[in-house]
Amino acid sequence: MSFLTNLDFWFTVLRCTTPVLFATMAALIASRSGLLNLGLEGGMTIAALCGVLGSGFTGSLFIGLLAGLAGGVGFTMLLAYFIQHFKTNPVISGVAMNLAASGGSVFCLYSITGDKNASNSLASLAFPAVDLPVIRSIPGLGDVLSGHNCLTYLAFLLTVILFVVLRSTSFGVHVRSVGESEEAARSVGISVEKVRYQAMLISGILASFGGMYLSMGYVNRFTSGMVAGRGYVALATNAMAAGNALLGMVSSILYGFGSALSIYLQNNNVDPYLITIIPYAFIIVFYAAFIFYYKCRKRLDEIV
Amino acid sequence: MAEEILRVENLTKIYPGGVLANYQINFSVNKGEIHALVGENGAGKSTLMKMLFGIEEITDGKVFLHGEEVHFSSSKDAIAHGIGMVHQHMMLVPSLTVAENLVLGIEKKKGLFLDKKKAIEETEAISKKYNLYVEANRRVRDISIGMKQKLEILKTMYRGAKIIILDEPTAVLAPQETEELFEQLLNLKKEGYTILFISHKLGEVKYLCDRLTVLKDGRSIGTYEVKDVTAEEISHLMVGRDVKLEYEKTGQEAGEPVLTVEHLNYTDKFGTKKVDDLCFSLRRGEVLGIAGIEGNGQRETVEILTGNGQAESGAIRYGGQDLTKLNVAQNRRLGISHVPEDRNANGCAPEMSVRDNLIAASLDRLSDKGILKPSAIEDYCQSCVRDFNVKTVSLETSIKSLSGGNVQKAIVAREFTAGADVIILDQPTRGVDVGAMEFIHRKILQMRDEKKSLILVSADLTELRALSDRIIVFHQGKVVGVLDDISHVTDEELGLYMLGLKQDPEERLREA
Repeated sequence: MSFLTNLDFWFTVLRCTTPVLFATMAALIASRSGLLNLGLEGGMTIAALCGVLGSGFTGSLFIGLLAGLAGGVGFTMLLAYFIQHFKTNPVISGVAMNLAASGGSVFCLYSITGDKNASNSLASLAFPAVDLPVIRSIPGLGDVLSGHNCLTYLAFLLTVILFVVLRSTSFGVHVRSVGESEEAARSVGISVEKVRYQAMLISGILASFGGMYLSMGYVNRFTSGMVAGRGYVALATNAMAAGNALLGMVSSILYGFGSALSIYLQNNNVDPYLITIIPYAFIIVFYAAFIFYYKCRKRLDEIV
Repeated sequence: MAEEILRVENLTKIYPGGVLANYQINFSVNKGEIHALVGENGAGKSTLMKMLFGIEEITDGKVFLHGEEVHFSSSKDAIAHGIGMVHQHMMLVPSLTVAENLVLGIEKKKGLFLDKKKAIEETEAISKKYNLYVEANRRVRDISIGMKQKLEILKTMYRGAKIIILDEPTAVLAPQETEELFEQLLNLKKEGYTILFISHKLGEVKYLCDRLTVLKDGRSIGTYEVKDVTAEEISHLMVGRDVKLEYEKTGQEAGEPVLTVEHLNYTDKFGTKKVDDLCFSLRRGEVLGIAGIEGNGQRETVEILTGNGQAESGAIRYGGQDLTKLNVAQNRRLGISHVPEDRNANGCAPEMSVRDNLIAASLDRLSDKGILKPSAIEDYCQSCVRDFNVKTVSLETSIKSLSGGNVQKAIVAREFTAGADVIILDQPTRGVDVGAMEFIHRKILQMRDEKKSLILVSADLTELRALSDRIIVFHQGKVVGVLDDISHVTDEELGLYMLGLKQDPEERLREA
């Protein structure tokens, strides 16, 4: 385990954290408004594909970004429409749409590019890495914090913004009241449906960034199944966060740590398939621990 | 001459599915009066108010405000016209602060952000102006129900309401809080506010209101000056017959103790001693009343008695068994029935049918080797519905569509027919209309005549005095008073025990 003192390892932790952090924030804003966005996995997949296709065919990163956002947001809003307008069960419709996205993305990829498993024939673009001024030159810290993909910085920035929005803006208060006490919100004239659509819109945008980071961050191609359950992991990391975006950052970093661990342990003589379990097992253990902690704490809350 | 502020003409509400909730209702409200709307549960009071507040669509009829016809398509419209409503179930967001709840939906902004400071200032200002004290900075989940209600009233006034509708506001309040609320409502009346007060507690109506309109079966029976009618006359109008909450009790000697509580202790998870070395016994064929201010160990005692809670130490002797060691199912099998305090949370499965709810306590009798016996079930349910006067369209109807009184009668039917010897009643008539209340009371006395033993926990002192053979008073998890000469017990005397100002001597308490 000597790599724990290795600065590259901690760099990898943040790299692995990024997509899950986006997804966790996407899950968080939806759940604060009272909706379960189980379609994160599918939204990320669609966004990852659309971003690659958009940038690959136009040669423009900006158009790729727009295409990715359009795909991910469109997917999420469709799910929101099913849940709100047709009153479908969010779990059932979410799972159905995720399955459609995983099959549909491969189908689209094949019919558009002729590639089956990965978009190898398409010269798609990636978001640039950024060196942070000043911090770059701090020894140690600079090696870990600087030089990440620009989306990594965006993820952490949006997390802080989301925290502030939920806490101190009237939109945030509306989202929280709709999620917590629908009737109370309705009785003072807040449109519950509108607030939830807005929350799902933000959720879709965040999920899209998470998906695009996977296909346009360190690699520049789409691979089938590349989201690899991160959309589901985000539901657990969101539950650990208990509605607090900054705690969501912590729980996402925990996943990132587990994920980085599995990468570094591959150099050892451990069965590689066993190692791939690590980040997920990590999250299950911590999820259980967090929930136990909340249960104990909630008891105290009741009397204070 | 009083100025008319609100008039309702031939208001009719038919729900989709054909349920007629209101039919051609007529009444008018004068400016600056407290107008009561009384009626049994299911008489259509709530539907009428929801139409006035724009939550329910009006099927037919007209509403006039200041002489002009108005149409509300949502509560927003009603609020804009100066009507505010305090719902029976508070419409507050628990994790937001009092100030945030007050301004919710119409909050003022400072740049991009919510102006919290301003919200707090405004809360304090309006709270002071109307002498309704709330703590602006506390989270709503941490404040008392009384304060929540004040906040709800302030919310309506903050939105400019001149007419305030209060839907059974005292149902959730302790007696002291009720008194305080009435004082404040009378103050608001002086300030020129008009209040529509929905209730079925006639004492409150007599005390508080100027005029009243009686609803029965969705129709308006008439509007009366409160000072011209007696409580008996009102209840006659509401129920359609005379209701007397005084009962002839057959003088029967209480038998031997059947259930003995010995040195029971319970400390809740916050370290508060809720049940403190509690001792009392229940005799055969008696109704043992338990009085006390809420939170003095009654709930915990009932939980332990019924197997829903775990005692720390002590024993409950019943038929050679120690009940503290048994779970709910074993308890019930030994013949202990329980009518829980909260009928919707613990008393019934609201989504399930009347039939499924009725048979829940008697499944052993109504099944054979695990297979239900349809004909036995049918007979049993029919007799429950008939004997306990449960008004339901059919046995298949989900129980939540029944009125509160009928749900409670169904629960009482289930518990009283399960073949129990000991029946524990926790607030059996809370939030139930007078007719159902009288009915349940008569059934309780009937069980007593059948030599069953009953424990009656109630916050309604009139009910306790009317039904109990003995009353024991709880204070801080202990019995502090034993009263067996019920006909001479007054509410004042009970109050002294309940507040802990009076305590019987040790020797006397040992007789409990």
